[in-house]
Amino acid sequence: MSTELPLIGDYSTPTAELSGARIGVVTFPGTLDDRDAARAVRAAGAQAVSLWHADTDLQDVDAVVIPGGFSYGDYLRAGAISRFAPMMDKIIDAANSDAKLPVLGICNGFQILTESHLLPGSMIKNDHLKFICRDQVLRVENDQTAWTNGYTAGQEITIVLKNQDGQYVADEKTLDMLEAEGRVAFSYVGWNPNGSRRSIAGISNAAGNVVGLMPHPEHAIEAGFGPDARGTDGLTFFTSVLTHLVGGKK
Amino acid sequence: MSEQTQAFNIDTVDNAASTPDVELPWAELGLKDNEFAEIVKILGRRPTAAELAMYSVMWSEHCSYKSTKTHLRQFGQKVTEEMKKDLMVGMGENAGVTNLGDGWAVTFKIESHNSPSYVEPYQGAATGIGGIVRDIISMGARPIAVMDPLRFGAIDHEDSQRVVHGVVSGIGGYGNSLGLPNIGGETVFDPIYQGNPLVNALAVGALRHEDLRLANASGVGNKVVLFGARTGGDGIGGASVLASESFDDTKPSKRPAVQVGDPFAEKVLIECCLELFKASLVEGIQDLGAAGISCATSELAANGDGGMNVELTNVLLRDSTLTPGEILMSESQERMMAVVSPDNVEAFEAVMAKWNVEYSWLGEVTDDNRLTITWNGEVIVDVDPSTVAVDGPEYDRPYARPDWQDALQADTFRASEAGKNLPESGDQLKAAVLELIASPNMCDKSWITRQYDRYVGGNTALAAPDDAGVVRIDEETGLGVAIATDANGRYAYLDPYAGAQLALAESYRNVATSGAIPAAVSDCLNYGSPEDPDVMWQLAEGIRGLSDACMELGVPVTGGNVSLYNQTGDKAIHPTPVVATLGKLDDVARRTPSGWREEADGQAIYLIGTTADELDGSEFANLRGHLGGLPPKVDLGAEKALGAILINASRDGMIDSAHDLSEGGLAAALSEMVLRYGVGARVALDEIKARDGIDSFTALFSESQARAIVAVPRSEEVRFNDMTSARGVTVARLGVVDAQSGALEVQGEFTVSVDELREAHEGTMVKYFG
Repeated sequence: MSTELPLIGDYSTPTAELSGARIGVVTFPGTLDDRDAARAVRAAGAQAVSLWHADTDLQDVDAVVIPGGFSYGDYLRAGAISRFAPMMDKIIDAANSDAKLPVLGICNGFQILTESHLLPGSMIKNDHLKFICRDQVLRVENDQTAWTNGYTAGQEITIVLKNQDGQYVADEKTLDMLEAEGRVAFSYVGWNPNGSRRSIAGISNAAGNVVGLMPHPEHAIEAGFGPDARGTDGLTFFTSVLTHLVGGKK
Repeated sequence: MSEQTQAFNIDTVDNAASTPDVELPWAELGLKDNEFAEIVKILGRRPTAAELAMYSVMWSEHCSYKSTKTHLRQFGQKVTEEMKKDLMVGMGENAGVTNLGDGWAVTFKIESHNSPSYVEPYQGAATGIGGIVRDIISMGARPIAVMDPLRFGAIDHEDSQRVVHGVVSGIGGYGNSLGLPNIGGETVFDPIYQGNPLVNALAVGALRHEDLRLANASGVGNKVVLFGARTGGDGIGGASVLASESFDDTKPSKRPAVQVGDPFAEKVLIECCLELFKASLVEGIQDLGAAGISCATSELAANGDGGMNVELTNVLLRDSTLTPGEILMSESQERMMAVVSPDNVEAFEAVMAKWNVEYSWLGEVTDDNRLTITWNGEVIVDVDPSTVAVDGPEYDRPYARPDWQDALQADTFRASEAGKNLPESGDQLKAAVLELIASPNMCDKSWITRQYDRYVGGNTALAAPDDAGVVRIDEETGLGVAIATDANGRYAYLDPYAGAQLALAESYRNVATSGAIPAAVSDCLNYGSPEDPDVMWQLAEGIRGLSDACMELGVPVTGGNVSLYNQTGDKAIHPTPVVATLGKLDDVARRTPSGWREEADGQAIYLIGTTADELDGSEFANLRGHLGGLPPKVDLGAEKALGAILINASRDGMIDSAHDLSEGGLAAALSEMVLRYGVGARVALDEIKARDGIDSFTALFSESQARAIVAVPRSEEVRFNDMTSARGVTVARLGVVDAQSGALEVQGEFTVSVDELREAHEGTMVKYFG
C-alpha cells in the first residue's frame, strides 16, 4: 500500500479542468491551520485563496474552507466571536444561496459553523477535560456531500484529531433528525475520543454543501507528514469538492 | 496621566541628588551591599527608586549571569574557525542563528522556567513557552516548533499531581494555541526534583537571511515603540526575587511574581511581527521577558550606537496604580519593543490596526549614549545603559570538589547491596525488562505528548517518541532540522564534567540517529545555589566539560540559559545540564524513524558499538535505589564515528530505522523499537557477550555510550558492513525483524509478547495521572 502513496512534495494534479478552481481559506485572529488547509487545497490541484476575516469580498471563490485553531483564543466560547466576522456574513449568505457555496469547517471551523447556525448542535469541552492529539479512525457515513463524494460509505479512514472542545452535543430530536436524514457524515470508530453524542465526528447541512467535522483532513494529505499510518486519507475531502464543482459525483 | 502622578511621590534624579541619605529597599530587591555601593559609585549619587528597580532586576543572577559569566566565556573561547563557519549570530543575542544554506537560517534556544512552574505550574509552564517563542521572533524568524524537557519529583509524591497536571496542561494550553507543533522533550521523575521541578522550554524558528533582526537601537531620531499586551502588575521582580533565590518555607508566597499568559495575544503578536519583518518596518526589535521594560530599553540602547529617551507615562497599563519602578520591572507577557524609523511610522501603525494590536510610542533614539527615562517630563532614570545591561557585577565564586565526591564515586553498584542477586535466568531477565520499561523514567509518555499538537504546520516529519523531532523548513527542497534535548542528572551528580559531556553525547547521537548532521548546540544549565562551593564546583566542571566536548565534536554553543538556586534549604538538585543539539537534513524525507514497521519483516538488526560493564548511575541501578560510582565512559571519538555511520547510512538508504542506546541500555532500546509500530523481532546476545566479555544482564542493562541499533534491509547488508568496517566501527548482527511473531524474542533467554510490553510500558502514567 505504501508504494502507491505520492512522494513527498509531489502534489499530483487530478484533472486539467479542475486546476482553475479557486478555494478560499479564511484566517481569523488565532487561526492556526490556515497554511495547512491552503497546502491541502493546492495538493488537490486547486488554487488556494486567502480570505481575511475582516474583509467582505469573497473574491469569486468556488468553495471555502474554515480551518482550525483558537480564533479569538476560544476565550468566550469556541467560534462564538468569529461567527460575527464580516467575512462570515458573506459565507453564510453564499452557503444558503441558490448557488450553495461548498463550505468545509474543520475543528474550530466546525465550531464557527455551528455558532453560525449553518450546522446544528454545538461543541463543548472533551469529556476527559484534556486536549487530545491522536491519529483517529473515522467511518464515512455519507458519501454524497460536496466534500465526501470521493469516499465510499462505510469506508474507514485515518486522519488527525486534535482538540480541546471537541465533544459534539445536540438535543435528541436533532440527533435523530441528523441520523434519519443521513446528515452524519463521519463517526468515530472504536474509542470515542471526546464524548461526542452518538460518536458523531462530522455532519452536513441538508443540501450537503456545508460539512463540518472535528478531526483534521488537512493534516493527512502528504505521506510522512501526518498520521503515523503515513496515510493521505484526508486528501479526498479536497478532491471531492473539485469533483462536485464540475457537476458530478464519481 | 496626571492623576497617576498624584498617587505617589516621584523620586526624580534631582531629588536623589539632593537627598543622598534616603533609605532604599535594595536588600529586599535582591541586591547585595557591595552591589548597591557599586551602583552609587557608577551614578555618583544614590539611585532613584526607578533606577534601583532597573539595576536590581538587571543585576540579578537570572539576567546578569554574574556567577557564571567567568565560566561561560569558555563557550566562546573553545571554538575553531570551522565551527564558526555557519554561525551567523552567536551567544549574547536573544538566540543564536545558524546558516542552513539556500538562503535559509535557523535559530533556536532553550530556557528554564523552573521556579514559576513550581509556584504556579500552569502559568509558569505556559509563560515559559511564551517567553522562548518571543526570543525566536526577536531574531526575525518564524517559530516552527517547540520542545520541553521536564523533570519532576517522585511520581507517587502527592505534590506531583499538582505540578505534573499543571505544567503539562500549561504547556499544552499555551503552545497548542500558538500553532507550533510540540515535537519532543523528555520527562524524568526523581525525588531530587521535589520542590524544584525543572521546566525547560525550547523553541526553533526559521528565517531567510535577509530577515535577520537584532536587538539594537540605532539611528538618531528613530522612534521607540512598545506593542502587544498592556503592562500589568504580574511578574514584578520575577527575575530577581523568584529566579535568583532558593525557596524557603518561612517566606511568604511568591505567587505575585509569576506572570500570567495570554496565548491568543502571543499568536497575534507572532503574525504581526512577521508582517513587520516582511515589510522591513523595524530597525531593531527586542522581546520583553525577564526584567521587562528595564531589560528591553537598556539592552536596545546598550547594543545600539547612541542613547534612548523614553517617557514612561506613555506605557499602556492594565493597572493605573503601578509606580514607575513597578512598570519598569513588570514581566507582563506578550509585549515587544521595536525601533522604527519616522518614515515607517504610518505603515507600522497600519499593521497594528490590521491585527488589532495595541501600541504606544515611548520615545526615540538619541546620540548622547544615555538611557533617560522621564515621568511626565521629569527625569527619573539617567544612566549609561551599558552599566545596566552589560557591565553588571561579575563574581568568581569559590568552588571546590566536595569532600563527599570520592566516597560517592567509590560506592559502585556491583559492590553495593543493591547490586547483589541480579537477574540471571530468562524469566528473571524478562521480569527485569518489564519492570524497567514500566518505571517512571522509562515508561511511555504519550499521556503527556497527546496533550500537545504535534501536527500543526504540516511539516512535522518526526516527533516524540522518536529520537529527535524533525521539522521541514523548505517545502520545495525538503530542507529541515532535527532537534533532541537530553540530560542525565544522575550521571552529572557522579561526575559533573563527564555528566555534561554525556548529555551532549546523547543529544548529538539522537540527532545523528534521525539522519541529521549536528550543527549547533543550546544549553540550559540547571543547578543549585552558586553560593555553595560544592554546587559551584559542579557548575564549573559542567561548563568546562560541555565546552571541551563541543570543541571535540565540532558543534558550537549558540546560546542558552543558566538556572541557579534550584534547591530547597541546602539540598540542591542533581546538576542537570540539559543540552539541545540541532542538526540539518537536506531532505527530511530521508529521516530515520526509531522503529520498524511490518514491511521491514526480515530486515537485519545490528547493534553498533561495544558494551562494557557500566551500570553505575544507570536506570537499572536507579530501580534498585542505588546511586554511586562513575557514569559510563565518555568517548567522543566513538560518538563522532557512530554519528557518521548513522548519517551516511540514512542518506544512502542503507537503514530503515534506528534508535540510540541510552538510559535503560539495549533492553529499553529493543523494547521501544518493537513498541514503536508494534512489530516484533528475534535477537540473540551470544555474539556481543562473547566479543565484549559480558553476561546477558550486562548486555541488556549496561548504559555504555556510543551505541545504536539499526535495521538494515537484506539488500543493503553488504554495503552496510563494508562501510562500518572501512570506518573501523564495531557492529554485531543481533537478529531480524519478525512481523509474524508479535513478540520480542531474546533467543535462549526469554520471549515477551508485544502486548505484554505495551501493557507494562503504557500503564504507568495512566495509573498515576488518569
